[in-house]
Amino acid sequence: MRLRPGQQVASTVDGTRMIVVRAPAAEVELRCGGAPMVDAGQAAAPTATADPALRDGTRLGKRYADEDLGIELLCTKPGDGTVEANGVALRIKAAKPLPASD
Amino acid sequence: MNVTILLDMAADGFGDRIVAGSRDGGLTASRLRALATGAARRIRESGAEAVVHLAANGPAFPVAMFAAAFAGVPLVPVNYRLGDEQLGRLLAGHPNAFGIAEEDRHDALKGAGLPARTPEEFVRDAGEAADHGEEEDVRSEPDATAVLIYTSGTTSEPKGVLLRHHNLVSYVLGTVEFASAGEDEAALMSVPPYHIAAVSNVLTNLYAGRRCVTLPSFTPHAWLELVRKEGVTNAMVVPTMLARIMDAPDLDRSVPGLRSLAYGGARMPPRVIERALREWPHVDFVNAYGLTETSSTIAVLGPDDHRAALASGDPRVRARIGSAGRPVPAVELEIRDEGGRPLPPGERGRIWVRGEQVAGEYAGHGSPVDERGFLDTRDQGRLDDEGYLFVEGRVDDTIIRGAENIAPAEIEDVLLRHPGVADAAVVGVPDEEWGQRVEAVVVPASGGDLDPEELRGYVRERLRGSKTPDRIACWPELPRTATGKVVKRDIVTGLTSAPVVPRG
Repeated sequence: MRLRPGQQVASTVDGTRMIVVRAPAAEVELRCGGAPMVDAGQAAAPTATADPALRDGTRLGKRYADEDLGIELLCTKPGDGTVEANGVALRIKAAKPLPASD
Repeated sequence: MNVTILLDMAADGFGDRIVAGSRDGGLTASRLRALATGAARRIRESGAEAVVHLAANGPAFPVAMFAAAFAGVPLVPVNYRLGDEQLGRLLAGHPNAFGIAEEDRHDALKGAGLPARTPEEFVRDAGEAADHGEEEDVRSEPDATAVLIYTSGTTSEPKGVLLRHHNLVSYVLGTVEFASAGEDEAALMSVPPYHIAAVSNVLTNLYAGRRCVTLPSFTPHAWLELVRKEGVTNAMVVPTMLARIMDAPDLDRSVPGLRSLAYGGARMPPRVIERALREWPHVDFVNAYGLTETSSTIAVLGPDDHRAALASGDPRVRARIGSAGRPVPAVELEIRDEGGRPLPPGERGRIWVRGEQVAGEYAGHGSPVDERGFLDTRDQGRLDDEGYLFVEGRVDDTIIRGAENIAPAEIEDVLLRHPGVADAAVVGVPDEEWGQRVEAVVVPASGGDLDPEELRGYVRERLRGSKTPDRIACWPELPRTATGKVVKRDIVTGLTSAPVVPRG
């Protein structure tokens, strides 16, 4: 699927939801727990089951990224499944806080 | 992408944490969400197309902001001190709005055909709706307007800037880490709710998990007392507030719990920030430069920058204390000449900015961004060789004397360095020979006596003759907006209409 910044994506195996922060222009195959993720607007209750080998889980508010692919997703609802982009598991990106200005 | 996502995440991630008000009796993130969805039901029932918040800072403000979002309508925070006529003109643009205001402005709202309730009534009704399980969650598209803010209009009539959900959310996600604030932290926002900083402040603090307290009416004493009493760790002020805190006599200025102080909205006199740095060495100072149109901050001068500038022997580094710092990662800046060509570092020009957080539209006026997506800030400035941005005043305030363009900021900086000067503003006044001539108004430091001729000589020693003000008047204070911006057209009026008093 072609991803746009601001787009929300949902897992089809659990309650995981992410918001796209950065994405490449090309199509990306996004999976959670081994099953495809869909646009959150089209998500129904999870129907598939997660691959037991792909259950790294996600944490609320963390950013999951792959620099080579140029993708960054922010977790808005956590779940058990591992999130992968084009077969590569996305890792938590370390926070680089700016001085609080507001 | 909708601002309600930020509140959903807060309620999910730290629902029991107090996010607004005092440690005892404040609102938790969960309760804030419940109040917002309850209030959203009331807003939808009323059929309103916008929520007008015409009051000072308080708990009703964040409830109103999220309630509007859950109801799928924009929030319109309005200056509660506007005169009836100006307010009437502004409200005419929002004929079907849900009004929230203190009693003393209810007549103005009713005059515009808007039913009104007080902030207290609004929060109470929201609580009743929430407690009865009534809620609304009709979220708009990312392109929908989340907040409509009227610009301060110091150099032109106020325009309504449309901040869409995606502008605000991308600003928050780009600058804040979720739940990064400790439970012991607390933020004090003293800027009024109709200013962009107050809007983004609600969102960034909530997302970070930082409790927000409010001070409806600023005085140096009240500010210091509240900071100590509520254990405020992060505060935001406009420069005139910091000047007043530093200049007020006989005050206990100790703030041992304060960790960071952010300021913005107008230029900070170097004398004031240097004094604050010396008086509160444990505090991290942050200068945030931004516009309503940029959803808040686009350049930051951080704590390390402040300390390095204060300690440095290198004049170029020292000068940075008067800068706006460096652009935030998510934006690009360009300095362009009047022909629109980008200029190299060191050259003065107009500041343009591009980024996801930059609003692309004014209500009823079309887009302020060019074909490359850059917004004209209408501020004059330059970048130094390491990318520090120096903002030198509004382009509209540039004085054109003969064939020369003169930036008032350059002359103001020199005047503000004089030990007898507490405040200063330089303007162009109509002149038959030159088009405009340079004049200045200064406010003497307390107890001081200023000799305008001596002051003119002081300026002439440091700048070219053409930049020396022809006349310097002494006033007890400068006309400023509630957010601390100098109203230069009022200064020009004051200088050109008052009779010239002959000096004896």
